[in-house]
Amino acid sequence: MAMIDEPLYPIAVLIDELKNEDIQLRLNSIRRLSTIARALGEERTRKELIPFLSENNDDDDEVLLAMAEELGVFVPYVGGVEYANILLPPLETLCTVEETCVRDKAVESLCRIGAQMKESDLVEWFIPLVKRLAAGEWFTARVSSCGLFHIAYPSAPEMLKTELRSIYSQLCQDDMPMVRRSAASNLGKFAATVEPTHLKTDIMSIFEDLTQDDQDSVRLLAVEGCAALGKLLEPQDCVAHILPVIVNFSQDKSWRVRYMVANQLYELCEAVGPEPTRTDLVPAYVRLLRDNEAEVRIAAAGKVTKFCRILNPQLAIQHILPCVKELSSDSSQHVRSALASVIMGMAPILGKDATIEQLLPIFLSLLKDEFPDVRLNIISKLDQVNQVIGIDLLSQSLLPAIVELAEDRHWRVRLAIIEYIPLLASQLGVGFFDDKLGALCMQWLEDKVYSIRDAAANNLKRLAEEFGPDWTMQHIIPQVLEMANNPHYLYRMTILNAISLLAPVMGSDITCSKLLQVVTNASKDRVPNIKFNVAKVLQSLIPIVDQSVVEQTIRPCLVELSEDPDVDVRFFARQALQTSEQVMMSS
Amino acid sequence: MNGGGDAEVASPAGPPQSLEWKFSQVFGERTAGEEVQEVDIISAIEFDKTGDHLATGDRGGRVVLFERTDTRHHGFRRDLERMDNPISRHPEFRYKTEFQSHEPEFDYLKSLEIEEKINKIRWCQTANSALFLLSTNDKTIKFWKVQEKKVKKICEMNVDPSRVGNGNVASSSVTAGVKPYLANGVCPERSYNYLSNDFAFSPGGIPSLHLPVVVASHETSLVAKCRRIYAHAHDYHINSISNNSDGETFISADDLRINLWNLEISNQSFNIVDVKPANMEDLTEVITSAEFHPTHCNMLAYSSSKGSIRLIDLRQSALCDNHTKLFEEQEAPGSRSFFTEIIASISDIKFGKNGRYILSRDYMTLKLWDINMDAGPVATFQVHEYLRPKLCDLYENDSIFDKFECCLSGDGLRVATGSYSNLFRVFGVMSGSTEASTLEASKNPMRRQVQTPSRPSRSLSSLTRVVRRGADSPGVDTNGNAFDFTTKLLHLAWHPTENSIACAAANSLYMYYA
Repeated sequence: MAMIDEPLYPIAVLIDELKNEDIQLRLNSIRRLSTIARALGEERTRKELIPFLSENNDDDDEVLLAMAEELGVFVPYVGGVEYANILLPPLETLCTVEETCVRDKAVESLCRIGAQMKESDLVEWFIPLVKRLAAGEWFTARVSSCGLFHIAYPSAPEMLKTELRSIYSQLCQDDMPMVRRSAASNLGKFAATVEPTHLKTDIMSIFEDLTQDDQDSVRLLAVEGCAALGKLLEPQDCVAHILPVIVNFSQDKSWRVRYMVANQLYELCEAVGPEPTRTDLVPAYVRLLRDNEAEVRIAAAGKVTKFCRILNPQLAIQHILPCVKELSSDSSQHVRSALASVIMGMAPILGKDATIEQLLPIFLSLLKDEFPDVRLNIISKLDQVNQVIGIDLLSQSLLPAIVELAEDRHWRVRLAIIEYIPLLASQLGVGFFDDKLGALCMQWLEDKVYSIRDAAANNLKRLAEEFGPDWTMQHIIPQVLEMANNPHYLYRMTILNAISLLAPVMGSDITCSKLLQVVTNASKDRVPNIKFNVAKVLQSLIPIVDQSVVEQTIRPCLVELSEDPDVDVRFFARQALQTSEQVMMSS
Repeated sequence: MNGGGDAEVASPAGPPQSLEWKFSQVFGERTAGEEVQEVDIISAIEFDKTGDHLATGDRGGRVVLFERTDTRHHGFRRDLERMDNPISRHPEFRYKTEFQSHEPEFDYLKSLEIEEKINKIRWCQTANSALFLLSTNDKTIKFWKVQEKKVKKICEMNVDPSRVGNGNVASSSVTAGVKPYLANGVCPERSYNYLSNDFAFSPGGIPSLHLPVVVASHETSLVAKCRRIYAHAHDYHINSISNNSDGETFISADDLRINLWNLEISNQSFNIVDVKPANMEDLTEVITSAEFHPTHCNMLAYSSSKGSIRLIDLRQSALCDNHTKLFEEQEAPGSRSFFTEIIASISDIKFGKNGRYILSRDYMTLKLWDINMDAGPVATFQVHEYLRPKLCDLYENDSIFDKFECCLSGDGLRVATGSYSNLFRVFGVMSGSTEASTLEASKNPMRRQVQTPSRPSRSLSSLTRVVRRGADSPGVDTNGNAFDFTTKLLHLAWHPTENSIACAAANSLYMYYA
């Protein structure tokens, strides 16, 4: 055993711990692999550390994952790009392990290194590695190889390119569905590096095979390939080769494939261009909107607005709108909910007249939906309609919907609607708000659930910000102050909370003249919880009000509280006093 | 007659002959008079896809793995074996390893004890040299990786462990994966803080530092590691798990629901079948077994306590409450009795290797169904017809609720299932085949051959005689008929490529070949 100098001791420990029994220590060492490499120097890193790591391939997956990640940024430590090939063997081994996340990371690191390597080195080292993995005995190696072709291919000489294409095509016909899935999901990346002539022949034939795979899970991934390949092909080729595939997929037997089409439709439309979208994809989309499977309709309904945006309004009204009407009374609440979350966005696309004539009835029926999520989704996007047709047409239906949500028995629903109240207030205007919603806002302050009371207090603050101090003085403050004497201490506490939130918005004058007195009165409360909350509120008021008010009103009150029999009250009172002293000193 | 490829060759020459079953091996054989420990009773048996490995699970939550010892030559037609030449080679297995898969648990919310008993084992796709399998008890499914690791010794550390006097130091050479050990006894936190002030290394590196030297020995040790736990998805007891041919998903079925999982995601599953009625008083039928089609990733079958098998297509909808096909046999008019419904309950279903046939086991029969024919089974085999007059006794002692498993041979020509008194039966399914053997899980399986299935009444008496002879069959019921309901052969599995059967008699694993 060598004796190690004192300054080297930590690094020596770090190196030793590469083989420690404790996985946490091994992980730590692996994460600091760059430090170890620098301590060993470039040459010994190449000759000793990397071979050492290559043999370390039966460690725990967490360690292997960290190793795969570190090796991806290891080029500087082995002596730069000309030595990058040294890093390939350990990563190649990691590409074959059983754990997916380790393999994925190893592939990512290999790509990162390959992207820096010189062309000649790629041919000499990287491409043989890809070929070895692609011919691997276990599926794990073959799965990994699929993700490396796009790095290997561009620098390969012509002969090798032909070979790589044919290897990829074999991978797409592998016995193992896992390999075919990997080939399908990497096809887009690989295709982007292939020359246009081969793209049209080789790649397209690979793609067609994948689109007819027996395994749903492979076809699913081919759907994404449609968009990726479509963007690479000339428009006419795309229409000739990709469009029929998309149309077929939209009628696939498997709902999961159709679901993918519904989810990807927007990207697919972009790939094929506007004209084919109108002629072929609109009917496909209409079918998806009327699919048997609710999951597919959910995905399709969620894309209604995005899809209509790329159509002209006539087409949208003619083809999509009838489906939207059907969906608004769909049997699945989730479909209606998905529709409600986007449908308001259709108003700007269709324009005022169509919105009033066609969309408004749908809005209104969704606002009366039995399922609160649907109603909430409509309310949350109210601003989009307001811009187009104004709120008046909706307001008569809105009010009952809001009131019902406000009184829903699920507190989460009540919470959601409270959060939309400031938005509603800004859209509906002061007049409407005063008449109808003001009372609700007060009612929430006395809710049974703390979260609701808390949100209600916060809501008052946001309303005050929206409508200004004068309005607040008239419509909020008096009601709030009235409730300060509620017999239940929890409600009195809510009021204190509301006061501390409102005070900064209302400003010094109103705080001193109206609010402060309520707080100081509360300091005489019989419940200690109220009293220490008074201390907290007073502390928050100190920066807002005048120094003289602090001296005359706040401090005496706090001093009194600081002698309270209750320990918590004393604690918070003293904390507040300290703050007041700091403020005094700094001023 | 062995192997799938030979089936087509053999069949035109008429139905294959009955197989001559021979004893191959026994693991955990009971010595005379030995009491069987409850925890040792085998509760699941499963061959892997290649037939090179066999796994058993027991009531004590353990999984035991066996591996094949005889080397096999792929690609050779087994001409020798097909002829009447004595077969010199048959699958032989040896104990490989075992691990504790499940432990007894207690669900505090429901005040329920959760047994550790392994209900099912399923092998997953092997990758590299590692074996993967799923095991489940009533509630929790676990994904296991079993891998050989080389025993490594580490020597030549930078820091001489003896130099550090923290007392936390063992010897300088350690075998991998045993107990935590600090090479240096230094608090790791401190050493890393030390390093973070980034001292400058000379470009050539520090020559005095060296990497730990690892000496790999030839010894290997098998390590079983639980990779994932799929829990909290079943309100009722899990009766089946089954892998999908897509290699990434599997299903788990309990009495009322079937869930679909991705092997890599353990925190969510999708409910694909839910037969729970809104009001539990309306419950008339439960799920008893479920299995994926061996090649079509979108198809799965599940059986019910009413004796029906439903085939569902996952492509049709997300929630597959509506079956694509329903297989059930119309009961013969007038034959109805109190027991009709109880004995109709299917305890196990298995797809044949090519996916065309489904084998089902109910209390009295084995039925073979063609998935293209839902009018009725293509064949029905009486397993123990002589018990029919005794259903009342079987009901009294709850034996009527025993869940027997069934299996098909790799070539699909034969089926097998268990019965009482440690007997199991093998039937030929080819039309015209009269093969119907009764074997006993013992070292002399053919001694029950005297009985013929065509004459059940006589066979019963002969059976009685034989069983009385056996020293390990204690039960003689009040009528003087000795038929031992306590020694039941519930679990058995057929080797995927050869005529070899593994079956469990209490705590013993018997293997036979033909």
